[in-house]
Amino acid sequence: MPATQSYARKPWRKHLPRFLQYLVLCLFVVIILAPIVILVFGGLKTRGEMYSRPYTIPNPPRWENYAKILGAPSFWTMLRNSLVVMLVATAGVVFICSLAAFVFARTDFRGKSLTFNVLTLGIMFPISVAILPVYLVLRQIGLLNNLWGIIAVQIAFLISGNILILRGFFAAVPRELQDAAYIDGCDAFGFFWRILLPLARPALAAVAALTMVVSWNDLLVPLVVIDKDTLWTLPLGTMQFQGQYGQDLALVAAFVTLSAVPAVIFYLIAERQIVSGLTAGALKG
Amino acid sequence: MQITSAGQSALGAPQQTHFHRRRQDSLTIILFLVPAFVLFLTFVAYPILQSVYYSLFNWKGLGAATDFIGLENYLNILSDQTFLKAVANGILLVALSLTLQLPMALALALMVGRDLPGRAFFRIIFFLPYVLSEVITAIMWLGFYNPDPDRGFINALLILIPGVKAVPWLGNMNTVLAALFIVLTWKYFGFYMLLFMAGLQNIPAELEEAAGIDGANRRQLLTHITVPLLAGTIRTCVYLSVVGSLQQFILVWVMTKGGPVNASEVMATYMYRFGFVRFWFGYGCAVAIVMFLICLTFSLIYQRLARQPDYLGGM
Repeated sequence: MPATQSYARKPWRKHLPRFLQYLVLCLFVVIILAPIVILVFGGLKTRGEMYSRPYTIPNPPRWENYAKILGAPSFWTMLRNSLVVMLVATAGVVFICSLAAFVFARTDFRGKSLTFNVLTLGIMFPISVAILPVYLVLRQIGLLNNLWGIIAVQIAFLISGNILILRGFFAAVPRELQDAAYIDGCDAFGFFWRILLPLARPALAAVAALTMVVSWNDLLVPLVVIDKDTLWTLPLGTMQFQGQYGQDLALVAAFVTLSAVPAVIFYLIAERQIVSGLTAGALKG
Repeated sequence: MQITSAGQSALGAPQQTHFHRRRQDSLTIILFLVPAFVLFLTFVAYPILQSVYYSLFNWKGLGAATDFIGLENYLNILSDQTFLKAVANGILLVALSLTLQLPMALALALMVGRDLPGRAFFRIIFFLPYVLSEVITAIMWLGFYNPDPDRGFINALLILIPGVKAVPWLGNMNTVLAALFIVLTWKYFGFYMLLFMAGLQNIPAELEEAAGIDGANRRQLLTHITVPLLAGTIRTCVYLSVVGSLQQFILVWVMTKGGPVNASEVMATYMYRFGFVRFWFGYGCAVAIVMFLICLTFSLIYQRLARQPDYLGGM
């Protein structure tokens, strides 16, 4: 760092800024982790321990809360519902958006900019603003209390942003490849399926990872669509569980921890994809 | 083969091939766009248009909407103190996000910089809250803020200071919004930090080195080189932050339900209350339309001011 060169003879002055940097960053790490750690600790205590010494390390850890939650069938039902919604919604978003993004990135036709502008208009309409209008339509077409209702709405509101992301990636594939493919007798679909999609695998992974997180964490859509408790997703179940067992803080803590575990594991595995999807969506388009 | 085709396309592709390809591809184009359009029109566009219609009725959701009242719903909304309070809270959250959250994210991104050892570790930790769902965040912080020092960690720390009493952070009209803002910051600043870090990554290191050789000190480097070059990223973050603050719902609903006494009401909780708790569907639809118009107005102003919106792609 040129700016610190003049300090070279006094090593402590050189290292002091860096030390302060780490101090500030570590302070933030503590602030971020504190609520999470207290929650995880709480889940490993009995109800009595939770009141007598709420902030200590659970020693010995009690697994009763977890046994109680995992022993009831409702947790597994919610897990299954969440998984079904997430997988179908993600497959749908990747499929539908890559088709549309291909058209906007690699073909030319009359009305292209109009259709593109219409489809990407959705980016200005966040779901929490539109939730009542959407609910009324779901009621009309009979998709309430149906996992397909959640899936359709999640996909519909993720289309705009992800078409933008994928279009950016698809447009970056060199034009020569497409010409060569056409001359070799490929039609548009052949080029899309056999050349473009395999090349764009990292982009598809980013879109998929991001969609999985959004779908998995979504509470608003299940909250208005689902009434029947056999169709609750994990976030919805977590909210209901907190309402029902709010007094038993240790049990709630265990439940919340359990429902967070899949997301955290997935995040640690797919951090790169999630991050690249987000930055591409926000910065490049 | 490839070389020929590249040469041809550089000279303008031969008209015939182009024309043939076009006809053959138009079916593909239509087929490829149909799924996206069907979903978008059914679940985004149509609901909004239908709500414009319903918003003109006094309609409780049973049977057809017949009690036409014109713009009365809109007039009632705009003269309802609670709604105005919700708008004011939204603006306050926007202002706090822009003046505190974004600068903090930028400062931390600059601190981590391009090559601080441990960069990946800090990134993983700071971004972790973004991946946790809003329900989990809300329940976690409900516990953290609990007014009883034996249950809420913040108050447990607070009463360690002699003479200080526990504060019911979420139950007090004066502190509730600040308390919610802290949770929002906890959850979202990592996202903005990430965007700033990606933006920093795109600034060539040579530029800063050159300025350093020319005698610029650290502060000049920051104000004259780094921050101006981040302008695009900053604009994007401002846009996302405003839209994000205006649409907050789950965190507020789970933690306070807009209370106490509407002190933390935001537009989305207001709409939810009228739509899904009281079933005043006509009125709720009007609220949704008002929210749309607010978001749309902001988006248009933003696109006017920031000539090249980096969001929506630099295409």
